[in-house]
Amino acid sequence: MKHIQTLTARTLCESAKNGGCGECQTSCQSACKTSCGIANQQCENKAQQENK
Amino acid sequence: MIHRYQLGGMNMVVDTCSGSVHAVDEIAYELIGLYEDMPRDEIIRALGARFCDQEGVTEKDIAECYDQVTALKENGQLFAPDTFEPLAGELKSRSAGIVKALCLHVAHTCNLNCAYCFASQGKYHGDRALMTFEVGKQALDFLIAHSGNRHNLEVDFFGGEPLMNFDVVKRLVAYARSIEKQHNKNFRFTLTTNGVLIDDDVIDFANRECSNVVLSLDGRKEVHDRFRVDYAGKGSWDRIVPKFQRLVRARGGKNYYMRGTFTHQNPDFLQDIQAMLDLGFTELSMEPVVCAPGDENALTKEDLPTVLRQYEELAELMKKRRKEGRPFTFYHYMIDLKGGPCVYKRISGCGSGTEYMAVTPWGDLYPCHQFVGEEQFRLGNVWEGVTNPAVQQEFADCNVYARPECRDCWAKLYCSGGCAANAYHATGTVRGVYAYGCELFRKRMECAIMLEAFRLLDEA
Repeated sequence: MKHIQTLTARTLCESAKNGGCGECQTSCQSACKTSCGIANQQCENKAQQENK
Repeated sequence: MIHRYQLGGMNMVVDTCSGSVHAVDEIAYELIGLYEDMPRDEIIRALGARFCDQEGVTEKDIAECYDQVTALKENGQLFAPDTFEPLAGELKSRSAGIVKALCLHVAHTCNLNCAYCFASQGKYHGDRALMTFEVGKQALDFLIAHSGNRHNLEVDFFGGEPLMNFDVVKRLVAYARSIEKQHNKNFRFTLTTNGVLIDDDVIDFANRECSNVVLSLDGRKEVHDRFRVDYAGKGSWDRIVPKFQRLVRARGGKNYYMRGTFTHQNPDFLQDIQAMLDLGFTELSMEPVVCAPGDENALTKEDLPTVLRQYEELAELMKKRRKEGRPFTFYHYMIDLKGGPCVYKRISGCGSGTEYMAVTPWGDLYPCHQFVGEEQFRLGNVWEGVTNPAVQQEFADCNVYARPECRDCWAKLYCSGGCAANAYHATGTVRGVYAYGCELFRKRMECAIMLEAFRLLDEA
């Protein structure tokens, strides 16, 4: 019986490998302007995308 | 650290430090809750007594489930330790001095007189003013000069009401476009507007030049018109809604946010989201008001259960509409479980005061738009750059590990330590925590993760 379905593709440790390019959107710029959150930011790093 | 919760008929387990998200059955949900506190045999016995009367469930099943949990732990997807603290300042120190986003306050004046405006009707507690082309041009030159190897540069035209200085906005965009290629940059312009001055010229400009537009609408007419009034006290809803509809239609219904504010006067903000949907808008954002505690419009402790329930009901509405083939987007529920930001982004804070700054009509630099007018936070100006490094350092030091309150929070790698301005206004320090906002944020994340899990499983 399958009790657990893992929905994420990579761990955050793995994201450190090619991470930190800084090209992604500044958190609340151009959107909500009043509450910080980075969960909805898209990764713009091509190397990261290839690792997915 | 893990976070288990049940929402929308789903059992969810979030592993904070690996970022892993698991949808689990009831047995695994209970087992994961016990895993670190009880030996294997005891857990199997305890859960066997509880679940073995269910059809098809045996102790062997429970043992298998235990082993699945162990395998996930060994694979770094459950109970992962927090090993990121040494990286916390790395991204910012690696990119020290780099600026990639500016909020250009092209107009410190407004054609509306909204009582709840955090910018005090666009004046930011100062004088009314329009930014000149020369100041704006210098800001763009400053941005290019300090952007290092960043390719994508963000510029938001903000106010007050930026369309009160539309000619300067157009000239600044033309100037930026004329120099971006030679500097190997890509400007992404956005516009935040109350809609009063939208016309065909604005629509053409926005659709040609702006990667996103943020349109201020609070939802129901009576809610919107309570605050969003002109200087004669007349509500703006009737004037702006048809303009917003034209603009959004002309954009093909994409790359915009209908952004509302909810206050103590309408904690039942789902009604306002429904009103936006009824008007045909589908890209939505609804934000809790930013105002001084004690203000008559500030959200109260008594509002909290209502607000949290609204977030849950909003998630259910999104599920329902998606099933009906009428999906819509809620800004805070956008989440990419298959990718999303890397860990550097997640621990580094929002970038205010370092990679992101606000520019006043006079060319002064502030850590972000919400600090404009707070003289002690002035960083410098667009001619001399940062002349107050102590303030900048205060912001550079803001990261998810800088606030003791965040250490044991399961959502810390989704918020990156929260909004410095909210923290400052709530506690008097940018290193503080706006606890009320944290409660809302955690609920939004629970809903966002559940919704995306539901979608992924539904499509599988």
